[in-house]
Amino acid sequence: MTRGFQQRRTSSIANATLMCVCLLCIIPLLTIVTISFSNEKMLVSDGYRLIPQQLDFTAYKYILRNASVMIQAYKVTIFVTACGTIAGLLATSLLAYALTRSRFIFRKLFSFLVIFTLLFNGGLVPSYILVVNYLHLKDSLLALILPYLIGAMNVLILRTFFSQIPEAISESAKIDGASEWTIYWRIVFPLSKPALATIGLLILLVYWNDWWLSLLYIDSPKLLPLQLMLHRMMANIEFLRSNIGNLSGVNISQIPSESARMAMCVLAAAPMLIILPFFQKYFVRGLTLGSVKG
Amino acid sequence: MARELMVRMKKLTGIDNIYLSFMSAPGMLLIFVFSYFPMYGLIVAFKKYSFDTSILGSPWVGFSNFEFFLSSESFWPVIRNTLLLNLGSIVVTTFASIVMALLLYEITRPLLIKIYQTTLFFPFFLSWVVVSFASYAFLSENLGIFNSWLERLGFDTIGWYSERQYWPAILILASAWKNIGYGTLIYYASLLSIDKEYFEAAEIDGASRMRTVWFIALPFLYPILTILTLLSVGRIFYSDFGLFYFLPMQSGMLMPVTDVIDTYAYRTLRILGDFGMSSAVNFIQSVLGLVVIFAANHAARKIDQDSALF
Repeated sequence: MTRGFQQRRTSSIANATLMCVCLLCIIPLLTIVTISFSNEKMLVSDGYRLIPQQLDFTAYKYILRNASVMIQAYKVTIFVTACGTIAGLLATSLLAYALTRSRFIFRKLFSFLVIFTLLFNGGLVPSYILVVNYLHLKDSLLALILPYLIGAMNVLILRTFFSQIPEAISESAKIDGASEWTIYWRIVFPLSKPALATIGLLILLVYWNDWWLSLLYIDSPKLLPLQLMLHRMMANIEFLRSNIGNLSGVNISQIPSESARMAMCVLAAAPMLIILPFFQKYFVRGLTLGSVKG
Repeated sequence: MARELMVRMKKLTGIDNIYLSFMSAPGMLLIFVFSYFPMYGLIVAFKKYSFDTSILGSPWVGFSNFEFFLSSESFWPVIRNTLLLNLGSIVVTTFASIVMALLLYEITRPLLIKIYQTTLFFPFFLSWVVVSFASYAFLSENLGIFNSWLERLGFDTIGWYSERQYWPAILILASAWKNIGYGTLIYYASLLSIDKEYFEAAEIDGASRMRTVWFIALPFLYPILTILTLLSVGRIFYSDFGLFYFLPMQSGMLMPVTDVIDTYAYRTLRILGDFGMSSAVNFIQSVLGLVVIFAANHAARKIDQDSALF
């Protein structure tokens, strides 16, 4: 009797605390959304509010009517994310597969070389020199794709997944004359779909949210991905006015810049937040595995 | 029969190795180019590099790049900020994550668990650029929510982007806010692996809820806590660049407390175009990083053989 009461009390304290922290986690996000739906004049006179006084879609209408900058940035991000995720997943899984094969002569060496990159790296300056001066990828979309294709952690996570597939399956295929490529492509790849989804989503998230590579290597406005475009907008409030204003020839003072800025932010962050609840179990699995040693 | 198979499989290894080499080639090539070449490139710290020469072709200058950085007045603040802010983030994030995981463990309804977990996870999926928009909404000097609250309560407004004293706390809290979902997930996953019988036995013996948490749950979290803490301590010279670059909006007034090794190296490289100084900073960071991670691993092995990373 008392125990039941005690348990109920602890769980209601737990519920209350978790609810508060969860609110803290989403309020900043909701604030951006709220501001994006606010009336520009009211924003300027009353400041930002947590709760909108009235719904106003001007900012979104405005962006959709003058969408060229946004669409260009979307195109860049989608292209980079798609290429990077597909190529990265392929390269990562091929390498991870080779590292699970016990008879592969370079297995130990390659595993060491992969793990060592987690401990030591050259850092910013040599990487910058490499991309700009040796690979000549300044202002090229390849500079946004290549550096993130292979991550040591992802290789190790996939290796762990692959090594859980019973060896008997691949051995019997081997006896039937299958090559290593066939075993990978026809057996291991289809059997590991959930694992590949996990790693694929992790890679996708990295590409979608990346601003670092573009901050380093992209100067041309045409090649700006979403995240960096947002940053430029924030860093230079006039960026929005001048870019959109010039392109469409509208009266600059009428641009709802405060709300439009937040609306663009919503549009940039939304795709990832929308997929999160649906794919959460994959993320959860990948991230928990990533935390234990490879 | 079995022996015949063995022989046959051994014969296949030649061609297998060729296949496997080809399959690992793209990945290994990328790792060589993007990880190992920069390691070799670290030697530019001892050279006078400019864009029209190669790394090998530029002249050696000994330690002069380091002398510039070590004698500059940014040296101590930058190192201090990096270490203290990272340490603060590690402590706050770890503590908050463990508390959240323990609370989540008390919840029995699966739907609630999923809702809480997903919500705590949201910030993890936002880029720092997006977070900087949110922080601006709260901190902006004329339009910000905090200042309008202060005004309504009759206090003076605060120039958030020019007054230094608030920023160490803001940065540490922002880091905890973004990473709490991840931490909670990891600790919650290890709590789930505890056999329920321990708790039931303790309850039958009349242990209070607090005591079961203290004497059963926490000791189970200990190994993963050690590993995660060491992993983050091993990276203490590396900062989450976006946090320190986007949130303070590059406000010069805040730099004495918000500038860390990564942002400093970035600025000297990209804004000042000073290869020498930035490569010296970069070199110090890489080498100290390696030393620290080995020290952390050594400590882990001392404490608990199984907690060592490698």
